Amino acid sequence: MSVAQAVMNVAEGPGEEAHLSRRFLYYMSLMREVEDRIERKLYRQSKIVGGVYVARGQEAIPVGVGLALEPEDVVFPSHRDLAIYLMRGVGPRQIFAQYMGRIGGLTGGRDGNMHMGDLKLNIVAIISAIGACVPVAAGAALALKYKGTNNVAVCFFGDGATSRGDWHEGINLAAVQKLPLVLVCNNNQYAYSTPIEKQMACANVADRGPAYGIPAEIVDGNDVFAVHEAAQRAVAHARDGLGPYLIECKTFRMTGHSAHDPADYVPKELFAEWEQKDPIRRLLERMLDSGWIAPEDVSRHYDDLRKEVDAAVEWAEACPYPDPATLLDNVYEPRS
Amino acid sequence: MATYLEAIREGIGEEMERDPGVFLIGEDIAVYGGAFKITAGMLDRFGERRVVDTPLCESGIVGAAIGAALMGLRPVAEMQFMDFISCGFDQVVNFAAKCRYRWNAPVPMVIRGPSGGGTHGGPFHSQNPEAWFFHTPGLKVVAPATPYDAKGLIKSSIRDNDPVLFFEHKALYRRVKEDLPAGDYTVPIGKAKVVREGKDLSVITYGSGVHMALEAAEALDREGVSMEIVDLRTLLPLDEDTVLASVRKTSRVILLHEDTLTGGIGGELAARIAEKAFEFLDAPVVRIAAPDTPVPFSPVLEEAFLPNARKVLEKARWLCAY
Repeated sequence: MSVAQAVMNVAEGPGEEAHLSRRFLYYMSLMREVEDRIERKLYRQSKIVGGVYVARGQEAIPVGVGLALEPEDVVFPSHRDLAIYLMRGVGPRQIFAQYMGRIGGLTGGRDGNMHMGDLKLNIVAIISAIGACVPVAAGAALALKYKGTNNVAVCFFGDGATSRGDWHEGINLAAVQKLPLVLVCNNNQYAYSTPIEKQMACANVADRGPAYGIPAEIVDGNDVFAVHEAAQRAVAHARDGLGPYLIECKTFRMTGHSAHDPADYVPKELFAEWEQKDPIRRLLERMLDSGWIAPEDVSRHYDDLRKEVDAAVEWAEACPYPDPATLLDNVYEPRS
Repeated sequence: MATYLEAIREGIGEEMERDPGVFLIGEDIAVYGGAFKITAGMLDRFGERRVVDTPLCESGIVGAAIGAALMGLRPVAEMQFMDFISCGFDQVVNFAAKCRYRWNAPVPMVIRGPSGGGTHGGPFHSQNPEAWFFHTPGLKVVAPATPYDAKGLIKSSIRDNDPVLFFEHKALYRRVKEDLPAGDYTVPIGKAKVVREGKDLSVITYGSGVHMALEAAEALDREGVSMEIVDLRTLLPLDEDTVLASVRKTSRVILLHEDTLTGGIGGELAARIAEKAFEFLDAPVVRIAAPDTPVPFSPVLEEAFLPNARKVLEKARWLCAY
């Protein structure tokens, strides 16, 4: 356990809410620190190549949802849900190695960026067409039910994915079969350059819930407590055998689609407006106001985080690249 | 005697008895028993937990099968017609095929269903879409020609730890029958079979092509020409050794499939033969396939479209005279 993690796990202060807030802070701030390092430093230094997708300003979504889950619940994180990996025990060093195409990454260089998973951790790797993950998550939910567990599958996706046919097929199938599936939409209002009003003619993604006969709710995606509470409701619903549940988290993408994209198509005032709603800033304000954390603990926490991330980057940079001789391996199960 | 259709049903049923993680998912497969009745009786035998009727959603079906397979179950997904797999294409080629290579996650699933023409099904119920997947590393593609192989291969496919596309030929469902051995047996994936020994020319084929070739071989026999027939049985991974061995033996080769010509399996086989057995050839490599058109509906057009024993016979005579 890192120093920062230890600080966050000290159950001091006035109880459960304070403790939960510290866990929120740890994962949200670590996610941002890791992603900032990737996007603002390593990518610009060309130490990371290829696609870089970060979720600045959207950290409350994976953290709020992730902390409502059991380790046996199966997650399908999208490319904006890095914290899910951190919460399941994937270290920042593995994330950096993944982005750098080294053998220490979760895919050992076979795939890049957020395209990673580990069945032992109950994390399924997404494919680029995120909508395609919804039927697969429905199938995972089917298997969890088939096996007689009370675990749930949780599928994350953006507003763009909701326009795809397989998004519809997956939700409809899960609803008909009453599968334990939690659907989490990160509505950050842009899919690449396409604004939400060009993505759909209805006001909210959640408006579609009734069309599938499933509950759907809208939540402030920049309020981690609100996201967490909605996730608890959704997970309880699915665990109780009542079928899928859709949460639409309203948020904003504070970056381009990926690191190469300056997002000139986004009106500047929107960035300024949403900067004021930053989920980490809001969380910290609430923690300080409530006495859940002391100001000196905050700065100590950030110092620790930076050290942790520095060490992880160092480790990843020292990590070997995959051997080209392994290129042909594992297309199929090796013959025994 | 078991028909090709009954052999597949038996194979699936035995695997469901053997492994509680095997389940069926598809459209109209449970209550109705499937459009071709492959899964007839399965609902009564195994219950609705293991025989799942779905909405009309091929991407949903394939995706759900992938998700269940990732969780360690062994789904057998039916495409009501293999033509409809195009609706689930992304799931097959981008999700299922790449999981093991990308992140070491096995996807032990089978997608099976009827393909092929000869039943006046028209452009959307007659296609042979196997070549779309032949080009996708990570998939296995199986296409049996006989009841024995159909049963043995569906069982191997269900036990396989990689995604398998299992192309049944609908015109064979009730047309071919044979005695099957009692008890459990499997046919290995990735192994072709010399179904008829010969010395003058080889026909490399699969599925319905095997039966066309067998019919042509009988006629050629009477003309004193001996045709060898190789049934590929599995298209991916391709059993190149068996193909090349036959070519080296006879020095004349016809590549036969019901699928359309361009980009078909025959082209890849021709390339491999040219690369690896060129010096053994006494004549050009010949392909027989459907022409590059959609599958036409009218029986007269469909007859002209499909390869058949007569077309094989004519090409074989030409090839032997070369």
